[in-house]
Amino acid sequence: MTILTRPLASLGAAALNLLAALGRISIYAFSTLHHIFRRPFYLRELGIAILNVGWLSLPVVGLTAVFTGGALALQIYAGGARFNAEAVVPQIVAIGMVRELGPVLVGLMIAARVTSSIAAEIATMKVTEQIDALVTLSTHPMQYLTVPRVLAGLICVPVLVGVGDVIGILGGYLVATGTLEFNSTTYLVNTFDFLEPRDVFSSLAKGAVFGTIATLMGCYYGMNSGRGAQGVGAATKGSVEAAAILILAANFVLTGVFFSI
Amino acid sequence: MITLANVKKSFGNNHVLQGVNLEIARGTSMVIIGGSGTGKSVALKSVLGLVTPDSGTITVDGQDAATAERDAFLARFGMLFQGGALFDSLPVWQNVAFRLMRGALKRPKEEAREIAIEKLRRVGLKPDVADRLPAELSGGMQKRVGLARAIAAEPEIIFFDEPTTGLDPIMSGVINDLIREIVVEMGATAMTITHDMTSVRAIANNVAMLHDGVIQWSGAVADMDHAGDPYLEQFIHGRADGPIEAVR
Repeated sequence: MTILTRPLASLGAAALNLLAALGRISIYAFSTLHHIFRRPFYLRELGIAILNVGWLSLPVVGLTAVFTGGALALQIYAGGARFNAEAVVPQIVAIGMVRELGPVLVGLMIAARVTSSIAAEIATMKVTEQIDALVTLSTHPMQYLTVPRVLAGLICVPVLVGVGDVIGILGGYLVATGTLEFNSTTYLVNTFDFLEPRDVFSSLAKGAVFGTIATLMGCYYGMNSGRGAQGVGAATKGSVEAAAILILAANFVLTGVFFSI
Repeated sequence: MITLANVKKSFGNNHVLQGVNLEIARGTSMVIIGGSGTGKSVALKSVLGLVTPDSGTITVDGQDAATAERDAFLARFGMLFQGGALFDSLPVWQNVAFRLMRGALKRPKEEAREIAIEKLRRVGLKPDVADRLPAELSGGMQKRVGLARAIAAEPEIIFFDEPTTGLDPIMSGVINDLIREIVVEMGATAMTITHDMTSVRAIANNVAMLHDGVIQWSGAVADMDHAGDPYLEQFIHGRADGPIEAVR
């Protein structure tokens, strides 16, 4: 191998590794889908997963949304002032939060909070042979561990996105009416008149996709972790990186799809 | 009877099992000994389907482990893992009764709890342990809980993976005695892997030594000390010099 072909070989190897990883993740996703419809259904585990993914994520989602909505209002006001368009703050905050920032930021916060936690928990279970113990106790790890968590992501994250959208708009409203001297009623009327049902639908649909990606990545990396503390650490890091990148890539694709409808 | 016939398993270039042949008669206790990394755990996990052999056959009472219906096949087994492998998020009694709370062996919750407490008592733990979390227990207590879980559904076959590792000599003796008593009392077939020669003498009817991916020697525990096999002799006497290479 010459000095000229070596970089090409490295690039080719990296591309092959990426494709192989995508293949393994796809197989895992299809296997999860297959097990969702198979008995037994672990409702207790689903309840615990809904609590962890949904309810306990509310504070971080709420705080992220309120500060983002407030900052967005300030930015739009400052930018709009350059061409006398300060009045568009309510409309742009609403559309920015609902169509884009709400789902993406909630998705990324879930990747940080939930994906990492799922990956670390399942990887630790693998390292300490708890996954093997599940198998010997006639319990399929995919059904007991993956399915409840992925269903919780699918169910809860759209709700979190909806809550995040509302709180984000509220953040913009508070800044606009508190410091930018917007009229309260006019702000609300402009916000809700401008939003269309399909904006809300696209937001919630993105939430469902991002929730599925975030929880699936946590489970996949946890189940495939290496040995020891280093393996758990690598699985956790890899899961968050993969979830964040896939969420942003999926956001780009979904935005394109919703624009074309 | 459990039969392993010419079982081979490699991980990359590491040829762990290179044709393992072993028979464990029904109702007997077989202990597999061998150095670290010789494939004892891989052999044990191959029987349970946790590791898929590259070739060879494993049968249990004539039933091929690879093609058997998984739930029914695994329902015949109990297993004590090296580190206990207790589920952190569940209280002790739910760990013990795990198999009794779901699947084909499902019982009402109260009955499952009663059985769990009875099994905990059998391994020398008081009922007040039942509601504690595994993290609140000592290593010896976790092993006992693991043992209680292994016997909770009264399996025909019980596997013990390094049952005394990490325990002090007194607790090791207690666990060895418990294993022996339980296996005899239940009439179960037992397969144990260990480095601990005290365990071997306490638990085994028969012993097999795994070395270089094959069964180097097997026979009754009473024959072990005068078997005349240099590998076995070096191992049971813990000598650094001999045919088994010791890395210093």
